[in-house]
Amino acid sequence: MTTNALRQAADEPPSGGREADLFSKFDPLIQTREQLLSTGITDPFGLVMEEVVSPTVAICNGRKTILLGTYNYMGMTFDPDVIAAGKKALDEFGSGTTGSRVLNGTYVGHRAVEDALKDFYAMDHAMVFSTGYQANLGIISTMAGKDDYIILDIDSHASIYDGCALGNAQIVPFRHNDVDALEKRLKRLPPEAGKLVVLEGVYSMLGDIAPLKEMVAVSKAAGAMVLVDEAHSMGFIGEHGRGVAEAQGVIDDIDLIIGTFSKSVGTVGGFCVSNHPKFEILRLVCRPYVFTASLPPSVVATAATSIRKLMHGKAKRDHLWVNSQKLHAGLKALGFTLGTEQPQSAIIAVIMPDLERGAAMWEALLHVGLYVNLARPPATPANMTLLRCSLCAEHSAQQVDEILGMFESAGRKTGVIA
Amino acid sequence: MTDRAETDARVKALIEPFNKKEIVVGDGTRFAQDLEWDSLTVLDFVANIEDEFDIVITMNQQAEIETVGQLVDAVGKLKG
Repeated sequence: MTTNALRQAADEPPSGGREADLFSKFDPLIQTREQLLSTGITDPFGLVMEEVVSPTVAICNGRKTILLGTYNYMGMTFDPDVIAAGKKALDEFGSGTTGSRVLNGTYVGHRAVEDALKDFYAMDHAMVFSTGYQANLGIISTMAGKDDYIILDIDSHASIYDGCALGNAQIVPFRHNDVDALEKRLKRLPPEAGKLVVLEGVYSMLGDIAPLKEMVAVSKAAGAMVLVDEAHSMGFIGEHGRGVAEAQGVIDDIDLIIGTFSKSVGTVGGFCVSNHPKFEILRLVCRPYVFTASLPPSVVATAATSIRKLMHGKAKRDHLWVNSQKLHAGLKALGFTLGTEQPQSAIIAVIMPDLERGAAMWEALLHVGLYVNLARPPATPANMTLLRCSLCAEHSAQQVDEILGMFESAGRKTGVIA
Repeated sequence: MTDRAETDARVKALIEPFNKKEIVVGDGTRFAQDLEWDSLTVLDFVANIEDEFDIVITMNQQAEIETVGQLVDAVGKLKG
């Protein structure tokens, strides 16, 4: 077939036995991407790290780059004890389990990491999933049945929405962090109906925290159970690093805490901890737990070691707060618009005027040796384009100074600041 | 005024602040195609409707509502 014939075929309607192109629904996104990349800009979603030197430095495009866009908050990925535990498990238990947690995929290491979580949170039960995404998918879809209600913050993470979509409960969203909006909706629902309020400790796009104390109070008053995703606070926020619920003194009222190993813990995996006496039955009824392979032995060994070390991470936590405050104050002084008035977590979001300038600024930063996350709709609230900076306890004070200098030069070069 | 006419008037009053194109709104007006609302506008608008009528419109119910007329009927049912 000639090129012309092909072109003609593509223009014809999908009839007469010709297939409809299921990819055509992505055309607007393909166009946006092509438009952006045609300006000659580096693809912000195609970065490759050639070497990883430490939790805060990598080699990207042959250039030494400070990492300010990872979720390696506590810098555990190169901890010598963590690495040694992983190597030992790899030698002794092999590269993978090739099985479900409920069949042949539970090794002593899986139990050990669940024990570490129970100790870390001082809770009765812990259940480990293969990713944090699956933990939300599994717990949310399993806990709320057809006649139950899930009441969730509009800015909830994709994994929470996908957990709702996988189940068949009635979904009621409320305005972000609005206690009054939550309370009103709870009061309008049938008093006898089952209700699960789903909240996050830290909202990862803007780095703001939830008013959990007030939200848990109105939820309990309405007879709802409460799930809090503490993915971005574990290890860092709260006296023992248990998260925002601990920091606000309401952790004992939370029914289910969801977390991940892919942030402060420094590997991959997800979990749910709870004090509910019937919790263990979830292992048999939660499909994203049952119908997938369990984590490799080396992963659970690194996670267990890391979690136990995080229990004694006060010095690191304190340093991370210092970093967060310093970066926030410095960026504000340079004239950048930030996602929060005060630093509330290890995430500092710099709000860009639009996607074009956001991408230009992202590239300018990369060229001077700084990696941050470029976040754009639909991941962001209110159609914002963000440069999301996430700090690590291993960033030195000197690195934070360097980072501020890079933001200053890139910001002026791209016209984001005057 | 009938009950439906009254609901209809209150719904249309809440649409107006979001009616950026200033189109004429009738029963058949579609939120996505005619008013060209994105998902964030829909969320704000639904919150206003819920507060105005003291009801909850779940996302499951929202998925079934495409036009202004369908919304007025749904609100009528939900407020009982």
